[in-house]
Amino acid sequence: MAARIFYEKDTMTVFLDGEIDHHSAAIIRAGIDEAILASRPGTLVLDFGGITFMDSSGIGLVMGRYRLLRALGGELVMTNLPESISKVMRLAGLEKLGRIEEREVTV
Amino acid sequence: MKSTNEMKLTMESRSVNEGFARVAVTAFTAQLDPTIEEINDIKTAVSEAVTNCIVHAYPETVGRIYISASIYDNLTVRIKIRDSGVGIPDIKKAMEPLYTSLGGERAGLGFAVMESFMDKVRVRSVPGKGTTVTLEKKIRGRDE
Ligand SMILES: Nc1ncnc2c1ncn2[C@@H]1O[C@H](COP(=O)(O)OP(=O)(O)OP(=O)(O)O)[C@@H](O)[C@H]1O
Ligand SMILES: [Mg+2]
Repeated sequence: MAARIFYEKDTMTVFLDGEIDHHSAAIIRAGIDEAILASRPGTLVLDFGGITFMDSSGIGLVMGRYRLLRALGGELVMTNLPESISKVMRLAGLEKLGRIEEREVTV
Repeated sequence: MKSTNEMKLTMESRSVNEGFARVAVTAFTAQLDPTIEEINDIKTAVSEAVTNCIVHAYPETVGRIYISASIYDNLTVRIKIRDSGVGIPDIKKAMEPLYTSLGGERAGLGFAVMESFMDKVRVRSVPGKGTTVTLEKKIRGRDE
């Protein structure tokens, strides 16, 4: 699973799809971090629209990107959260790490 | 209590098997006609337990993970995930939300997820010998 990344002004949007578990998280993390460090976005949008499964490794992935972003002075936005992962997100309190936006984006 | 159906499977502790393990267990429980939410709950809990075997039980080696699932009264599924890895010295502490022995990118929420997504979670562990996590859930299903 490769994350597709798009830029608009100083916003970097990552379209995640497939399953986020410990196996896939390492690959996704590497792609996102490389892009963050190269572009230093003011806002990182994580779009979960294509995610079909996520466990605590996904929580760790979001928390880690939040920390990296905050260290660089950026903010985190999470969008298009599917019903299937909302339970795990709520349990982890991820809504406290950034803004949750409801929106329909197609690229 | 006697089970009405049972399956067992053994796999190597390779991260690529995480997806296979959770799909295999949920496919077995499909006979109880679970809701999509119940399927997702079981999938997530199994993923947590299996990932823990891969990440924590066998940190530097590839070991074996033993999974079994039993159905009771055509209603309840009990899943056992066992490893013969390093074991857990303090189970109570390990199960506290946000506790992780690894830090870094781990949230320390695996057991918290298992406990909130399943009806019962039991952990037995002997340091140096291995760990068994037992997950139980009553399937309420679609029409009730
Ligand atoms: N099978 C196991 N063998 C050895 N230690 C384990 C096992 N499962 C869990 N542990 C220990 O229990 C701790 C808590 O597990 P838990 O799944 O809750 O969090 P985590 O795996 O550290 O982080 P996360 O699951 O959020 O990625 C682990 O950090 C580890 O020390
Ligand atoms: Mg874990």
